[in-house]
Amino acid sequence: MGIARDVLNGTRCERSVRFDVEKIRQDFPVLSSSVHDKPLVYLDNAATSQKPLAVIEAESLFYSRDCSNIHRGVHELSERATKCYEDSRAKVQQFLNARESREIIFVRGTTEAINLVANTFGRKQVGAGDEVLITAMEHHSNIVPWQMLCEEKGARLRVAPVNDRGEIVFEEFEKLLGARTRLVALVHVSNVLGTINPVHEMIEAAHRRNVPVLLDGAQAAPHLKVDVQALDCDFYAFSGHKLYGPTGVGVLYGKAGLLEAMPPYQGGGDMIRSVTFEKTIYNTLPYKFEAGTPNIAGSIGLGAAVDYVNEIGLESIRAYEDELLAYGTRALEEIPGLRIIGTAREKAGVISFVMEGIHPHDVGTVLDQEGIAVRTGHHCAQPLMERFKVPATTRASLAFYNTAGEIDTLAAGIRKVKELLG
Amino acid sequence: MSDLRGLYQEVILDHSKRPRNFRAIEGADHHAEGYNPLCGDKITIYVKLENDRIIDVSFQGSGCAISTSSASLLTETLKGKTLAEADALFERFHALVTGKGNGDKPDAVPLGKLAVFSGVAEFPVRVKCATLAWHTLRSALVGEEKAVSTE
Repeated sequence: MGIARDVLNGTRCERSVRFDVEKIRQDFPVLSSSVHDKPLVYLDNAATSQKPLAVIEAESLFYSRDCSNIHRGVHELSERATKCYEDSRAKVQQFLNARESREIIFVRGTTEAINLVANTFGRKQVGAGDEVLITAMEHHSNIVPWQMLCEEKGARLRVAPVNDRGEIVFEEFEKLLGARTRLVALVHVSNVLGTINPVHEMIEAAHRRNVPVLLDGAQAAPHLKVDVQALDCDFYAFSGHKLYGPTGVGVLYGKAGLLEAMPPYQGGGDMIRSVTFEKTIYNTLPYKFEAGTPNIAGSIGLGAAVDYVNEIGLESIRAYEDELLAYGTRALEEIPGLRIIGTAREKAGVISFVMEGIHPHDVGTVLDQEGIAVRTGHHCAQPLMERFKVPATTRASLAFYNTAGEIDTLAAGIRKVKELLG
Repeated sequence: MSDLRGLYQEVILDHSKRPRNFRAIEGADHHAEGYNPLCGDKITIYVKLENDRIIDVSFQGSGCAISTSSASLLTETLKGKTLAEADALFERFHALVTGKGNGDKPDAVPLGKLAVFSGVAEFPVRVKCATLAWHTLRSALVGEEKAVSTE
């Protein structure tokens, strides 16, 4: 991945000085708001991230200046809208370092991207007795589509286990790659544990057996530099709204050869070249997979989000967030009775925890009164909750606009929880 | 903090930490499972009837302070009540936690200790926690096979 892992050497402090978080915060209007008369401390970034003005304005500008449908009008507005939309695709292509822009499909989000692959590639390639391999730390969106496919086809869903730190047991994963494995669907970064999976090695292991790999990058794209060519993954899915972009837009990257061979996902306008009642000829990539009017404004907003993230730089973001994660982990570990779930050696942006004798839902309510937004519950990963034998966790998830001061507020809030409910 | 003290009253904290009637009933006439997918609360309610009177009611499971204490206080309150009284109490309790008043009719069954849940009305997302046990009880009594879910 080419990410400098200089976590432990001295360059990090210098970096954080250069990373002007207060200036960055001014780009996000909501961050200066109050909740229950307290300054908002937004630590629910893994659920959705806040949006910078650049994104809000890009959407607004589209509606107020360029609003039109794409790919069909000969008029000026439609040309502008089409250009903005396709420019966004090119931005995403560069962001993921995809070989061609036609490998970038705009979808509603990660969930739709995975469902698209399950319904097209999956339905074609997976048959009775075949296997789809996932891991124990998948989000429901990377479990249920495969479960539905397996049920329909009489195929088998296999699950690679995780250890107590929340890392995939690589040897077990390798053992589960068998002659009948048709696809590996794997989370890049866990939304509950924060674990960064060794996807490079896992993809290599799968490819040695000619098994294609889909990466669920919903939690990775906002935090790590993703290079789909270096990773050599076959599919990569992520959501715009977790990458500081709008809701309702996301991306499926697929290798052109695979996408070409796949049947369309939905039928409708834009995905066709010609239609008669006898036969329809499908459009070329990427339009074959973009039936109907897409989320034009959202896609343009996503392009603006990519620009914004690029401007700060994912390497700076990663370095700053790592520092914040280390600071937050230390601060929370000091609180007696608090246990962090997910202590992988490679982590990004997430601190999930449980407190002795206090249910996460009660923790969330008390923290909310302090203006602190965290997520409580099973985080759409019920099998993982069972693996760690907890009904739910409280999760603080970080973004580059969070500060050490906010971590202190969180720690103080948790002490209040103990005072009130302990 | 004042709203929080209103929500987490001493009685609620006491019942969440030391739930009463936290057991299964051997040979229960009715039982049902309730589930709140939002926070992972799971409870099972057991009921023993004599004619239309609840002679024993208990629960097991895990949940937040509000759902656990609500289940515990439900069992304390309903033991000895008739099914009609239990129904009337659910109506009043539901009105209380959703902030629709507590139905101050002179002939109404008194809420008793259940009144400590009045603070829930200030926290709309917690209404499901407070009512999970009650929905589960209703499901147990009508003998629905399916587990109830608050979603």
